[in-house]
Amino acid sequence: MLKRLITTRETLLVGAIILLLVLISSRFPAFIAPSNLANVFNDTSPLILLAIGQMIVILTKCIDLSVAANLALTGMVVSMVNIAAPDLPIIFTLALAIGLGTLLGMFNGILVWKLQIPPIVVTLGTMTIFRGLIFLISDGKWVNSHEMSPAFKAFPRMELLGLPVLSWIAILAVIAFTILMTRTTLGRAFYAAGGNPHAATYAGINVGKTQFWAFTISGALAGLTGYLWVSRFAVSYVDIAGGFELDVVAACVIGGVSIMGGIGTVAGALLGALFLGIIKNALPVVDISPFWQLAISGGAIIIAVALNAQANREKGRIILKRAEHIS
Amino acid sequence: MLQHTDTALPSQGMTLDQAVLALHGITKTFPGVKALSEVSLSLYPGQVTALIGENGAGKSTVVKILTGIYQPNGGDILVDGHPTPFPTPQAAADNGVTAIHQETVLFDELSVGENIFLGHAPRGAFGLIDRKKTTQMARTLLDSIGANLDPDLKLKDLGIANKHLVAIARALSIEARVVIMDEPTAALSHKEIEELYELVESLKAQGKAILFISHKFDEIFRIADNFTVFRDGQLIGDGAISDVTEAELVKMMVGRDVSQIFPKRTPNVGAPVLSVSGYAHPTEFEDINFTLRKGEILGFYGLVGAGRSEFMQSLFGITRPSAGSVEIDGTAVDIKSPADAVDNGIVYVPEDRGKQGAILDLPIFQNVTLPSLGRISNKGFLKLAEEFKLAREYTERLDLRAASLDTHVGNLSGGNQQKVVIAKWLATQPKVIILDEPTKGVDIGSKAAVHEFMAELAAQGLAVIMVSSEIPEVLGMSDRVIVMREGRIVAELADADLQPETLVRHAAGI
Repeated sequence: MLKRLITTRETLLVGAIILLLVLISSRFPAFIAPSNLANVFNDTSPLILLAIGQMIVILTKCIDLSVAANLALTGMVVSMVNIAAPDLPIIFTLALAIGLGTLLGMFNGILVWKLQIPPIVVTLGTMTIFRGLIFLISDGKWVNSHEMSPAFKAFPRMELLGLPVLSWIAILAVIAFTILMTRTTLGRAFYAAGGNPHAATYAGINVGKTQFWAFTISGALAGLTGYLWVSRFAVSYVDIAGGFELDVVAACVIGGVSIMGGIGTVAGALLGALFLGIIKNALPVVDISPFWQLAISGGAIIIAVALNAQANREKGRIILKRAEHIS
Repeated sequence: MLQHTDTALPSQGMTLDQAVLALHGITKTFPGVKALSEVSLSLYPGQVTALIGENGAGKSTVVKILTGIYQPNGGDILVDGHPTPFPTPQAAADNGVTAIHQETVLFDELSVGENIFLGHAPRGAFGLIDRKKTTQMARTLLDSIGANLDPDLKLKDLGIANKHLVAIARALSIEARVVIMDEPTAALSHKEIEELYELVESLKAQGKAILFISHKFDEIFRIADNFTVFRDGQLIGDGAISDVTEAELVKMMVGRDVSQIFPKRTPNVGAPVLSVSGYAHPTEFEDINFTLRKGEILGFYGLVGAGRSEFMQSLFGITRPSAGSVEIDGTAVDIKSPADAVDNGIVYVPEDRGKQGAILDLPIFQNVTLPSLGRISNKGFLKLAEEFKLAREYTERLDLRAASLDTHVGNLSGGNQQKVVIAKWLATQPKVIILDEPTKGVDIGSKAAVHEFMAELAAQGLAVIMVSSEIPEVLGMSDRVIVMREGRIVAELADADLQPETLVRHAAGI
C-alpha cells in the first residue's frame, strides 16, 4: 500500500514534468523534439549529479552547501593542471577531479563527524574557504578556452550512441547510486541514520560515520562535476556555478527528499533535477522575462514542497483507517 | 443549570455549580478517529481530581482542550457554571487554567525568575521589564512553596524536580485557579515525589482545583479526592476516590479484569553468560561486578540517577568505560561500539522506544534486519532474499499482523511497532537482552503482555537484564536484584531478601 503511495509520489512528479512539457510545447513545439530533449537532459546532467550527492547528505539530516564551491575549486585545479601538463591523459584528469572532490567532501564530513559542528555551519564555512582557495591559486585570473588542451575540452562532448559523455555519466551515476541506496548496507545506513538517529545508534550504526560517507560521496560527485563543468563551458574562474548549491537543494526538495532526513530516492533527485532543468531551459525560449523566470522557479519549489507536505499528511489519515482494519 | 445534571457527580456534597471548571458533553474528532465522545469532567476548588485511562483513552486531548490548544467539535467548557469557549491558549490562561506537563514546557536558557513571569513580567520605566522586581517577586513565590531556589539561576542548571517547582511557581504567579498536572511524577525520584505531594497539599489548601493525570494507583489513592475514568474517548465512571477500590478502577480503565499478578515462572538458570568485573566510568559509576546466567532475569533497581542506565549504555558500547572487563561465555570481549555489542550477543532495548526504537520511514523488513545487516550481506551488498527470510521468520514468531513486510513502520499501530522493535532485537539472536524500563509509560493492559514476553524470553534461555524503577515489577519479575545507589552496587538480593522495604532501604541508603 505504501509502496503504491511512494510510486504515486514519483509518478506525480513524472506527470508534472509531462504536463510542463505539454504546456511548453503549446507555445514552442520544437522544445519537445527528441534532439532538444536530449540537449535539455545534457544541460541538466551536472544538476543531476550534484542532486544525487545532496540527496544522500540530506537523507542523513545534513546539508552540503559547499558543493558548488567544491565544483569550482576542483574545476580550477584541473584546468591549471591541464595548462601545466596538457598531454596528461583524460583518465588522470578524471581521477584527479574525483580524488580532490572526495578529499574536500571528507573534510566537511570529518568536521561534522568528529567535531560535531552543525552541517550548515561547516559547509557554509568550507564554501567560502573553497572559493577563497580558487582565488589564491589562480590570482583571480580566468582560465580560458584557448589555454585548455583540445582533449580536455572534448571529453564531455564526445558522443556515444547519440548521447554526449556528460549525459552518459549522469545516467551511469543514477544507476550506480540506485544500486548503492537500495542494495547495500551503506545505503540502508543512510536511511536509518536520518530516519531515526537514536534507533540507528542502538542498532549498531555509527551515525556520524554514516554522515561522513554522505559528505564524501557528495564531494566526489561535486569534484567529478567540476571537471565536466569547466571543460564543457571551456572556462574556469572564481565564481563559476555561483549559487548553484541552492538549485541542487531545490532539486532534492522538489524530488520529494525530506529536509528532515530519512526520506528520499535517487529517482526522486533525478526527477527533481529534470523538473528544474526543464523550467530553466524552457522559460527563456517561451520568451518570459528573466525576472519572472526566477519567480516562477521559486514558485515551483514552494508548490512542490507544499504538495509533499500534503502527501505526508494524507499518509496519516490512511494509517488510521488501516490500523482499524488490522485490529 | 438543570440541563447539566447528567454531568459528573460531584463528591463531598459539592454541586456542579461549585465546579470552578467543567467540561460538558465534549466531543473531539480528528480525521478518521473520534478522540473524545461526549465526555464530562468537573474540577472543584481545593480538590484533586485524578484523570485515569490507558494510553489513547483521550487524556491528552482533554488537557489540550482545557488549555485552549484544541477546539472541541461539540459540548461546552463551563467556567464557574458559565459556558466559556477557550479559542486560544491565552483565553484558557486568562480564565486561570494552567498546565504542568510531563516534560515541563519551560525555557532552558532563561532564568528561573524570567520563566516564572514570562508574559506577565513586572514592568518598570518605559514599559521595560523590571529585572530587580522580577527576582524579588520570584523569590517570594518560591519561598511560599518552600522551594529554596535562586531566581537568577538559568533553568537548564536545575534538575527535573526543581523545574517542576518553577512550573508550579509560574502557575501560582498567574493566579491560577485550575492546575493541570500531567504525569508530574514520571521522572522524579522517591524523595522528590514526596515533596511534590506536599506541594499538591498546599495548592489544595489555597483553594486551587487540581487535575492530576497519572498511571500510578498508589499516587492516585494517596492524593486524589475524586476520580474520572476514560476509556477509548468515553467517560466510563467518576466519583469520590473513597468509594472505589483499586481493582474497580483498573476494571473501569481496561474494561476487563486484569490480574496484577506477574507470570509464574520456574526459573531454569544455567551457565554464566555475561560477567562484568571492575567496570567504571570517570563520572557516572564505578566498581560494577556481577554475573548473569542463562535463563535468568536480573533486575536492576535504584532511584532515578543511580547510574543504572548509564552503566547499561556503557556495557552496550555507547559510552566507553574507564576501567573494567566483560566476559561473554567465559571469553573476554572488548566492546567499543554498539555494533561490537550486537556482534557479541548483547542487545539493549532503550527506555524511550518511541524515540530510540523504530525507524518509521523504513518498511517493516528493513527495521527488523537493521542490526543484523552484517549477517545478510556480502562485502556490503545485501542479499535481499535472505533479508526477507530473516524478517519473515521473526515477525511471524511475534505474530505481527500487517498487510505486508513492505509496510512502513510509521503506518502500524503502537502495539505492532513495539513488536517490530522486539523482532529487530531477537533477529540478532542475542545471548543477553537489556530492557531499560520496559513498561514505563505503558498502560496496564500492555504491561502484562510485556511481562509475559519477558518470562518467555528467559524460558527460551536468554539472559535478561531488566532496569526498572517500579518495585512491584522488580519484585514480580526478577530472579535476583542488584540495587545501585550513586553509581555503585550497594546490594545484591535474592529469594527471601526480595522485600519492598529492603529494596528501598538500600536504594535510598537509609
